[in-house]
Amino acid sequence: MPSDTAPDRAPWALKVAAAAVLAFLHLPVLVIFLYAFTTDDRVYSFPLPGLTLHWFGVAATRSDMWAALRLSLAVATVSTLAATLLGTLLALGMARARFAGRDALTVLFTLPIALPGIITGMALLATISLTGIERGFVTIALGHATFCIVIVYNNVVGRLRRIPRSWTEASLDLGASHWQTFRHVLAPHLASAWLAGGMLAFALSFDEIIVTLFTAGREPTLPIWFFNELFRPRNRPVTNVVAVMVVVVTLIPVVLAAWLTRGDEDQGAR
Amino acid sequence: MPVGRLGSLLHVRPGLALFLLLLPPALWFGTIYLGSLLTLVLQSFYSIDDYTGAIVREPTLATLRTLVSQPAHLDIVLRTLAMALVVTVASVLVAFPLAYYMARYARGRVRTLLYVAVIAPMWTSYLVKVYAWRLILAKEGILSWFVARLGLTGGLEALLATPVVGGPSLASSYLGMALVFLYMWLPFVILPIEASLQRVPRGLLEASGDLGATPVQTFCHVVVPLAVPGIAAGSVFAFSLTLGDYVIPQVVGAPGYFIGMMVYEQQGTAGNLPLAAAFSIVPMLLVGIYLMLAKRVGAFDAL
Repeated sequence: MPSDTAPDRAPWALKVAAAAVLAFLHLPVLVIFLYAFTTDDRVYSFPLPGLTLHWFGVAATRSDMWAALRLSLAVATVSTLAATLLGTLLALGMARARFAGRDALTVLFTLPIALPGIITGMALLATISLTGIERGFVTIALGHATFCIVIVYNNVVGRLRRIPRSWTEASLDLGASHWQTFRHVLAPHLASAWLAGGMLAFALSFDEIIVTLFTAGREPTLPIWFFNELFRPRNRPVTNVVAVMVVVVTLIPVVLAAWLTRGDEDQGAR
Repeated sequence: MPVGRLGSLLHVRPGLALFLLLLPPALWFGTIYLGSLLTLVLQSFYSIDDYTGAIVREPTLATLRTLVSQPAHLDIVLRTLAMALVVTVASVLVAFPLAYYMARYARGRVRTLLYVAVIAPMWTSYLVKVYAWRLILAKEGILSWFVARLGLTGGLEALLATPVVGGPSLASSYLGMALVFLYMWLPFVILPIEASLQRVPRGLLEASGDLGATPVQTFCHVVVPLAVPGIAAGSVFAFSLTLGDYVIPQVVGAPGYFIGMMVYEQQGTAGNLPLAAAFSIVPMLLVGIYLMLAKRVGAFDAL
């Protein structure tokens, strides 16, 4: 439905339904912010009996939470870097090439996010158990990098399609090497796509739990720490506070990424 | 200079450049991902020694066969499949009004805002959202309070007293679980439906109206059929994600087991890796079948 014709008015029933769906999407997250300030430490009672900042202080003293946060940040950093490198190579190869099996390869690389995460997790675990590798930082990061590649790939390939082919051809014809062409012609235009893809990959890794529960060793990532807390009712107020922190930490890179790729959407990259 | 020589070689043979670019990601994927998938399938052909609990590394169909032959296992498979189908249908029904409004009536700034409003919850921490629902659905939580305010507590109790879908509270019933699944995957369903509705030419709607169709007729016979590829694409996400999830049934839900929980428990505390592998083959197969059906109605063109 092109936007050049004058819009007609939406029926009120549709407006109400659309608004209800929007409310359904957003109210639950607001609940988290509300509960972080509750004085109630036993049940989930609502309305809140009172408001306090006390739990933020209590959460800050939990050294196990800080250790989990550090591990999550380290894993997200390493897997984002690996995914950025591999995703970029993939995008450069796929952007303009036409070869047999190209479509099959594209499907293959989207599998880790198309198939349920439990399959990726279980598959990695089956290999870990067969090879006897110890579970920990390395196995977590390997898994995360695998499903982050496609995020970087999507961002970079979308940008590459918007760079006219004549630019690289001109550069090569004028005697620049492939590396020089990449460095001076492509890279400056890819910078914000890398940043956006990298940040989305970071957010995805930072928040991942389905695959991670299979690949992690004894030390928990922040989502695993949080998951374990859910079954310890006594720590509930601290859980509430950490939940707010997690939402804020994941949303910042996503908002930045959206801002960096403002012009890309209308190119049909989806 | 070897680098320079490589450069000129690449210039003459673009195929080689392509090969070198694709080699590292392909190797990574081939070994880590595909290799692991194969190991997973392989593990499902192993079995476990009933007495020692050790994994017997000899190919057998025994483990896979228990999925169908053991009533408890078959129950888990069917329960998960039923939940996935219910969630899929419900999420399409809930997603449609917003997707339709966005595609047909929203313009300019409102449109951008609506996009952000749909995408933002997608990127809010998964676990935090699940946790929020536990707070909302708890017996003394927000939803009960709200229902009481509306004077509908009796209705909620009657609903919870319904066999199968009910339970002691919304937080421990299939009804509550389905609601959480629906919430979690909704943005993934809205976006493809919106994209396919956007491609419906306005001329077709006008033609339908000019030829005497009522708005409802136009909607049923023109809009909905043209949205089918988007609906199929969106429903793939709802179906696939529900099949594999094991956190939501643990945090919010009834006592019955789901495939994901079974996989998680068998590989962990039960130590039966072959059975865990066999169970994880099920969503792989079901998603495969669903993808084939979705492809038939054009789901891949809508993505």
